[in-house]
Amino acid sequence: MSIQSGKNIKTILAGETAVPLTHIKPAKGWVSLGLRELWQYRGLLYFFVWRDIKVRYKQTVLGAAWAIIQPFVTMVVFSLFFGRLAKMPSDGYPYPIFIIVAQIPWTFFANGVTQASNTLVANANMVKKIYFPRLTMPIAAVLAGLVDFTLAFLVMMGMLFYYDVMPTVKIIWLPLFLLLAFTTSLGVSLWFAAMNVQFRDVRYIVPFFIQVWFFSTPITYSSSLLSEPWRTLYGVNPMVGVTEGFRWALLGTETAPGPVIAISALVSLTILTGGLFYFRRMEKSFADVV
Amino acid sequence: MKDTAILVKNLGKEYRIGGIQKSYDTLGAQITDIFTSPFRRAGKLLRGQAAGVAELDERFWALRDISFTVERGEAVGIIGRNGAGKSTLLKILSRITGPTTGEAIIKGRVGSLLEVGTGFHPELTGRENVFLNGAILGMQKSEIERKFDEIVAFAEIDKFIDTPVKHYSSGMYVRLAFSVAAHLEPEVLLVDEVLAVGDVAFQKKCLGKMDDVAQAGRTVLFVSHNMGLIQLFCTRGIFLQEGRIHTDGPIEAAIDAYLQTLEQAKTQDLSVRTDRKGYGRARLIGVDYCNSDRDCSPVLKAGGAARFTFEVDRVLPGMDCNFFLYDHIGQPVVSFKSEIRGAEDVYDAGIGARFVCDVDELLLLPGRYRMDVVIIGDGVTQDFIEAATVFDVGTGQIGRRPAQPDGKFAAAIPSRWRLPVQ
Repeated sequence: MSIQSGKNIKTILAGETAVPLTHIKPAKGWVSLGLRELWQYRGLLYFFVWRDIKVRYKQTVLGAAWAIIQPFVTMVVFSLFFGRLAKMPSDGYPYPIFIIVAQIPWTFFANGVTQASNTLVANANMVKKIYFPRLTMPIAAVLAGLVDFTLAFLVMMGMLFYYDVMPTVKIIWLPLFLLLAFTTSLGVSLWFAAMNVQFRDVRYIVPFFIQVWFFSTPITYSSSLLSEPWRTLYGVNPMVGVTEGFRWALLGTETAPGPVIAISALVSLTILTGGLFYFRRMEKSFADVV
Repeated sequence: MKDTAILVKNLGKEYRIGGIQKSYDTLGAQITDIFTSPFRRAGKLLRGQAAGVAELDERFWALRDISFTVERGEAVGIIGRNGAGKSTLLKILSRITGPTTGEAIIKGRVGSLLEVGTGFHPELTGRENVFLNGAILGMQKSEIERKFDEIVAFAEIDKFIDTPVKHYSSGMYVRLAFSVAAHLEPEVLLVDEVLAVGDVAFQKKCLGKMDDVAQAGRTVLFVSHNMGLIQLFCTRGIFLQEGRIHTDGPIEAAIDAYLQTLEQAKTQDLSVRTDRKGYGRARLIGVDYCNSDRDCSPVLKAGGAARFTFEVDRVLPGMDCNFFLYDHIGQPVVSFKSEIRGAEDVYDAGIGARFVCDVDELLLLPGRYRMDVVIIGDGVTQDFIEAATVFDVGTGQIGRRPAQPDGKFAAAIPSRWRLPVQ
């Protein structure tokens, strides 16, 4: 059979439309995000999340308690140093409450980045031997953090009751802020995960990067330390939107976080979109380089 | 027009490979390099040489101008020496890596088996791994549920299905992994050398399963070094050499062409051959065979004594040498493994960087034999070279019986008969 020009190569095989066609060609220029394919592989995504959750605390003595210990101990330490010793202002709330409300979404974000940035390298064997949309791996790694988040969230609710701070109806907005933490975490992870394949330096950068970001985000302190318009512009750090949102929804801090969150959401989506394209662009060479 | 399942057009794949490793004379030079190399790499990146992981200057084409079509239901064997591009071709077709040039279209659901057990997680139980691995291979959850009992029964591990697989023996692990893969039912199946696993009985079972797949009218692309298996399943063969198609035709023709080039390869100096696999810290640089220590005629004698000598460039701890003999049609005949120690094996300081294997009685029928050699050291395969040498066995006597060439069989065992009186 003779093959004509490259353009009608597809028509040669496209007899029945019901049969899936796989078209393989070199990666050049902009690539589609392949979201439809990702949707077809949602079953695999589910299994990856399930695996990450199952495996996460295997062979640990304390098991899932780690999900609570980590943010809780950090909260205690910060309460001692920043609350008691440095006497940081906390918008009139007990310092432990003030800090843990922001600490919990932050932990979700930071653990997500740490885990997801490493997924491609950690699963190099799979990347080299089996095809599936690579996006499933970082997405699953971030999603798996939701379990830890839920556990920590319950403990936090217990603390709120203990300190007699009753959440208001604004709490219904919380999922939105969690989504913002998710998109930010995933967006950053996609960049790191794809870069990590080529440059293992990423492994050393990530912890440092997260530490700097932590102190750039109003967790141990209040954004009310800044005056307008700087306070609103602070939203270019998308985690500012997340922490402000959490404080507003749970504690009812009187800041109106609308503009800040809008800016944060915009930045977060930009990082995510860029990350998606960058990841997809690099995807075809992962197996060769990892 | 017939029903085309795979269409490949001008496919090419270029790899960048690291330049030859610099050797450091002193520790000082090594330490200096640690501090200076980031600047050199950064400089390279800025000059637009992306992917500055190592000294990435050299490039080579693993595949070049590959074009072929496969009809639906055809079983095609892909053969060639190490490094000929077989695995690269399968990797591109299974979308693990992208091509550099050309394109390919595959019609129908693609399943690829480049390795069994990829994605198995040691901490999860057999049951959990079946689901995970099934999903990774592209099965739907309902599909796995439907086939679950069949998969477990096929793997023969019913009792241990709820045990974490890290407690499995390697045999059980491989059986379960293969069983999952074998129940994948794609329209196009790409298989790379995965049948070389498990014990003999299980291998047979797998072969049966593979045969079912071929019978069911699915399209199969099969990479293997085992010519016997290839011949069994495939009607057509594509012989790749140095990234190009050498022969594409009936399986016998492709195998013939392949075996011919293998024999030609042995005339090449071993140390310059690049079609080898392995870690590479130690390499085979010479193979020699003699009838005995005095008589080194080029032809070995059936039933006679033989000595095989393997020279390596370097001796590593825990080193072993395994070699395998194949007959003229590529069927495996016998393996010799120093890693399975015998009571009479000794370490000999007098032979230098050599392995010497003495055979008292060579139980091979006259004919031409090919030898593949594996050198093991530091617990990994350091060197694997196909057709390290090819030798002829001449007529002789095995068990005081004339050893004659046999078109089909390659070995003989000394034997005595008692016949009835007429």
